[in-house]
Amino acid sequence: MHTVVAIKQVPDTTNVRINPETGTLIREGVPAIINPYDLHAVELAVRLKERFGGKVTVITMGPPKAAEALIECVEQGADRCILITDRKFAAADTLATSYVLARAIEALQEEGPIDLYLFGLQAIDGDTAQVGPGVATRLNVPLITYALHIESIDPEARVAVVHRKTERGIEVLRTRLPALLTVLKEIAPVQRAPLANMIRAARYKPEVWSSTDPVAFDQAQIGIRGSPTVVGRAYTPAPRQAGDVIRVSELGLQECVRRALQNIQASGAIDLASIASAKRPTDGNGGEHS
Amino acid sequence: MTDEAAVKRIWVFIEQEEGRAHQVSWELMGAATKLSQELEGSRVEGVLLGYNVAHIAEEAYRYGASRVYLIDDPVLEKYRNLPYSIGASQLVQKYKPEIFLIGATTLGRDLGSSIATRVRTGLTADCTELAIDPNLKILAATRPTFGGNLMATILCRTHRPQMATVRPRVLPLPEPLPTATGELIREPLDLSEDDIPVQHVGFIPRTGGLNIEYADVIVAGGRGLGSPDGIKLLEELANLLGGVVGVSRPLVDAGWISYEHQVGQTGKTVRPKLYIAAGISGAVQHRVGMANSDFILAINTDPNAPIFQIASLGIVGDLYEVIPELINQVKAIHQGTERS
Repeated sequence: MHTVVAIKQVPDTTNVRINPETGTLIREGVPAIINPYDLHAVELAVRLKERFGGKVTVITMGPPKAAEALIECVEQGADRCILITDRKFAAADTLATSYVLARAIEALQEEGPIDLYLFGLQAIDGDTAQVGPGVATRLNVPLITYALHIESIDPEARVAVVHRKTERGIEVLRTRLPALLTVLKEIAPVQRAPLANMIRAARYKPEVWSSTDPVAFDQAQIGIRGSPTVVGRAYTPAPRQAGDVIRVSELGLQECVRRALQNIQASGAIDLASIASAKRPTDGNGGEHS
Repeated sequence: MTDEAAVKRIWVFIEQEEGRAHQVSWELMGAATKLSQELEGSRVEGVLLGYNVAHIAEEAYRYGASRVYLIDDPVLEKYRNLPYSIGASQLVQKYKPEIFLIGATTLGRDLGSSIATRVRTGLTADCTELAIDPNLKILAATRPTFGGNLMATILCRTHRPQMATVRPRVLPLPEPLPTATGELIREPLDLSEDDIPVQHVGFIPRTGGLNIEYADVIVAGGRGLGSPDGIKLLEELANLLGGVVGVSRPLVDAGWISYEHQVGQTGKTVRPKLYIAAGISGAVQHRVGMANSDFILAINTDPNAPIFQIASLGIVGDLYEVIPELINQVKAIHQGTERS
């Protein structure tokens, strides 16, 4: 079974800070990590390899530094890693990114059959969740997003049953293979890598593909030229108008709470006297669907 | 007579499941109506796919659609990516809308990128604000990026339609006009079941049924709770106020409560009438999920906690004192009401 996983190296956005004076993003010292969802996609591919044999190929588009992320994938158990890197790919939006990944995958398809494509649900730096669906559409393979669990998979019969998480519950979907899944973290817990993988990773050098070699990417579809969307303006969000801050140490507990309830009542947001009779919005989908 | 080809169509994808429209569709319809006021020669129209769903078009007219394009076909009975994206893309290619808005639900996020890829256009995900750029007369779609640390306004200058998704509850629900009517345009879908590589073979309904996105009152806790027992206290106040419990991400990561309760960038976006943030410092990742609440009451021991910068009222104090006192005083109000 041959699984291709696409990953992204991202800044650890939980550590991103804003310069309070300039209002700009402080990027220095922000560690680069493998997009957390992608770790689980790689893990799933490695588990499937253990079960069915075969191999795991990991691809990424990014700066040369993204090679670090690929080496971590080798530690996790990936067999082959490809870094697609070229300054011409820079400033790609999701349409241009999905073109590059789909074209790279087509080149891999020429080398031999691929059974499954795995992507993380979304990357934590952009949170768009668009690249996986875009690649599936370009490759014309079935797409299952929000994949939570693989109930069964049969590479011989080329069929899988996958659980997909939605707002309303879990859809159980049967799909033809090859298919493309975008995965949630629950799909496979990340396990500790065996020592042999670590040794292999220490010596491993990812393959490097440019925008012309070994695949001649259409230069009109990559990077900024291939991106229909552009950032018109970027700014730090304006803070909401803050109200008073009162202190228990100054006003006492009862008075603070009394003022809070008085403020809530006066704002007209809710009527405290009548709200207890309102029903809790716990109906499975009653509120969501009008 | 209007020249149909010259109309700048602002489209809203009307998401439905089991014959019921998702409220985000009407929230988007409200946004589309505002955009159409800023864009000369434009018109708000709905796109509806499903099976036996024509009745939803009536609802769409009331929320501002002058026309609804309907593909009603058995293969569309349950949502699947392929037939929905092919159907919607065919409509785009035929009617050439200027703008196409879709809810950033699990369904909409699955569908939107597939349509944008098929028709080769730009799609801006999870927007929090939509406007028409006054000079360029194109869509200015603003979204949080870098985990909510930065807002970016995205433009799609040359490709059409300009596509955007918006999360539920980010935009207000407009008032419907009960007498409004519109025009229904039916279009065919040339797909048979054999053409579709994915089949629904089962469904496991969500248990517990928490619907935090549409709750009127949320009592939320963060790291300041200190222990999982604090959640019981939040629950007690939430029950009293007819609300539900929300949390910031660390509590979900720690396994104290399920993901369904998580508010913020990687959780749910909420817009309750009352949001009580107890022991939540107010990191930007949390704030982007709740900053649209009508009234925010923040309770924190740290007077410098960023949550106070967005709170309607802040109390510097220990949540383990303040919440029990809130419970006491709310109970007293209720008892007073019962007696009168």
